[in-house]
Amino acid sequence: MAAKKLNIKEKYRLLTRDLDWEFSYEDRNKAFPFEEFEGIKITDWSKWEDPFRLTMDAYWKYQAEKEKKLYAIFDAFAQNDGHLNVSDPRYVNAVKLFLTGVSPLEYQAYQGFAHVGRQFGGVGARVACQMQSLDELRHVQTQIHAMSHYNKFFDGLQEYSHMHDRVWYLSVPKSFFNDARSAGPFEFMIAIGFSFEYVLTNLLFVPFMSGAAHNGDMATVTFGFSAQSDEARHMTLGLEIIKFLLEQHEDNVPVVQKWIDKWFWRGSRLLTIVSMMMDYMLPNKVMSWKEAWEVYFEEAGGALFKDLARYGIRMPKYADVIEKEKEHISHQAWWTFYTHGHAAGFHTWIPTDEELDWLSAKYPDTFDKYYRPRWELAKEMEAKGERFYTSGLPQLCQTCQIPMLFTEMDDPTQIAYRDCVHNGERYHFCSDGCKDIFEEEPEKFVQSWLPVHQIFQGNCGGPGVEDILRDYYRMNVGADNMDMKGSPDELRWKKWKGVA
Amino acid sequence: MTIEIKTATLEPVRNTFAHIERRFGDKPATRYQEATYDVQSEVNFHYRPLWQPELELTDTRRTAIKMADWYAFRDPRQFYYGAYVQARAKMQEVAENNYAFFEKRGLAERMPEEAKQKVIRCLLPLRHVEHAANLNNMYGSAYGNGTAITQALLFDGMDRLGIAQYVSRIGLLLDGNTGDALSEARSYWMSDPLWQGVRRYLEKTLVTEDWFEVFIAQDVVLDSLIYNLIYEQFDAKLAQQDGQDLGMLTEFMQVWFKDASRWVDAVLKTAAAESDENRLQLEQWISHWRGQAEEALSLVAHEAVEEGALQVAREALDKRLSKAGLFK
Ligand SMILES: [Fe+2]
Ligand SMILES: [Fe+2]
Ligand SMILES: [Zn+2]
Repeated sequence: MAAKKLNIKEKYRLLTRDLDWEFSYEDRNKAFPFEEFEGIKITDWSKWEDPFRLTMDAYWKYQAEKEKKLYAIFDAFAQNDGHLNVSDPRYVNAVKLFLTGVSPLEYQAYQGFAHVGRQFGGVGARVACQMQSLDELRHVQTQIHAMSHYNKFFDGLQEYSHMHDRVWYLSVPKSFFNDARSAGPFEFMIAIGFSFEYVLTNLLFVPFMSGAAHNGDMATVTFGFSAQSDEARHMTLGLEIIKFLLEQHEDNVPVVQKWIDKWFWRGSRLLTIVSMMMDYMLPNKVMSWKEAWEVYFEEAGGALFKDLARYGIRMPKYADVIEKEKEHISHQAWWTFYTHGHAAGFHTWIPTDEELDWLSAKYPDTFDKYYRPRWELAKEMEAKGERFYTSGLPQLCQTCQIPMLFTEMDDPTQIAYRDCVHNGERYHFCSDGCKDIFEEEPEKFVQSWLPVHQIFQGNCGGPGVEDILRDYYRMNVGADNMDMKGSPDELRWKKWKGVA
Repeated sequence: MTIEIKTATLEPVRNTFAHIERRFGDKPATRYQEATYDVQSEVNFHYRPLWQPELELTDTRRTAIKMADWYAFRDPRQFYYGAYVQARAKMQEVAENNYAFFEKRGLAERMPEEAKQKVIRCLLPLRHVEHAANLNNMYGSAYGNGTAITQALLFDGMDRLGIAQYVSRIGLLLDGNTGDALSEARSYWMSDPLWQGVRRYLEKTLVTEDWFEVFIAQDVVLDSLIYNLIYEQFDAKLAQQDGQDLGMLTEFMQVWFKDASRWVDAVLKTAAAESDENRLQLEQWISHWRGQAEEALSLVAHEAVEEGALQVAREALDKRLSKAGLFK
């Protein structure tokens, strides 16, 4: 046997690509029926470059080694009451936000990648998506296990799954992923594989994981480190998909551009919760939201789009608006949660004086001018025993489902409202970006399950807000919600620490 | 701030998540339970999928099987991701040693040419079967309902990719890494009458809509017959013809099939026990696909083993079915 030996690339081809075959007995389009309706043109799947060459045996081996280490730390964390090492009990509210708002997205990522991992006609792309699907299942399950210990000692985590399907602010992340999954397979890949995993994930995971590190949360930090090598694979897949689509056919360019415009806007809206987490919920700060945005979006994203320019791709639409928003959104969001703190599944609070000073220093152009005075007022009211809660229910944006809390970026005293009429019905939006997205696909976005609308229509029980919180959301009213001050979380913490 | 805890651990406020407590009571839960039960979204989906606008993103109407509780499909292996990869890592370690040993000792050279030819014609085309099995299990994982069954389908799907890769490596061991054995096996798969029935069967499964039916056609009927025929009977027959070293390369598949069967049998049993309606539906699907599979495999069984081999495989399948409470 003196024939030529295979190199690694050819060998991997035989172990994956060569497994598929041309059908003789059925119509192959019926086995992969969703590839054409989005207007994407694939002329040759064999041009797909495998973003990584990992066979299953190697996958099992590496991942098992990672799991072994990870679970050893979870076990130690639980045995040693690791929750007592966090910087401040307020920190745990970031964990609550993560488990109720982000972990279920990992689950949807598993589902979405299973779908495309079955549907793509090219076996190379399918296999890469299948591995990501499996990784994403890993992420949701390890997050549940990492946070399981917190659930035993803090309120607000015990109904994370039930809440994700119902609670008003959780429809923001849920609808984001529902939108991507209900789109065609290629849009899903641009939305999640490229926009989210390649560009925005750094703005989600780095803040949460470094937040955990700075605040003594070993369980979450260890998960974050352990997920890093998975994410590296996900990023190469995201980059390969966009290059592949752009190289397959020039007609794909405008379609991909439209999706980039949509998903960067939608992504930046989703990241609002991260911004307030960074600026307000972390007792030990990592960096400000604005700084994170500059490093991970403006610098890293800017370089990427420069690179994509040769395909005829430009920066996402409204990048200029997004740039201005970094000065404002965290403050506007936390204020909204503070004033709706009775209806949130985690605790809210007024920043300490030190924290207010930090915000003033980090946001010299906006914080003192627009936001600090509100907190000073809130402090005065709280001192008088009149902690402020708003009584009304917020109006939600039809697209991103965030309450109308964003202002005009050129006039931060003016809430931004946009609207349009579709089939005789008026729809409301937080921004031009969200309005554009609706107008592009109104049949899709009229379907939005808007939590506040649903309450008004009587679909969430009631009649009072408290009834809804207790019965429909299954919140433990008086424990899960309201201010941090005086909460059972705080009282228990003091008892554990032996402080009055 | 450092904390020293000298006393016993703190009393927890609750033992587990509320949905786990509702199912299993107020006590500490297992990792399998917390990773599995009620994790998937159930209601209030925002948009109908553009690719299937008549249904919700997750929708129980994607199969004719009806369950009061989709989480009844408990996996007896209790595989969540961590448990799954650790179990497979152990198996692959053994396989790696076997493959390395086979290569180092040059066992391919020792194998009689005739036995080698048999492997290329009767076993290597299974890499394509495994590929279809990968897709068919991904299908259930993507469109099924409830993490208990969809995660197990995902694990199965990935297992099948792994097995397709092991089978391919057998080819590379036989041909000294040239790829010639694999291309020969591929041509059998594509045009040898021996395999056309199986290929036709699998192409049919890939265009079948009901995900539970696909599970029946693939994991229950075809796998049961093929694993018995090839990894048991063909393996034994080859051993008689001085091809026993092949057994080192197929041990993974044998061990895997036992492991996967525990789960498949549990799924069947649970679905059948749920209602007469389910049971009748399962029996109807099984009868249909079993008939097709027997027809598809008759030449393979004869060529790989002997006359009557298919009957042996069929009996093994029927025994599993009756244990699951079917065709009583
Ligand atoms: Fe993930
Ligand atoms: Fe990821
Ligand atoms: Zn909006």
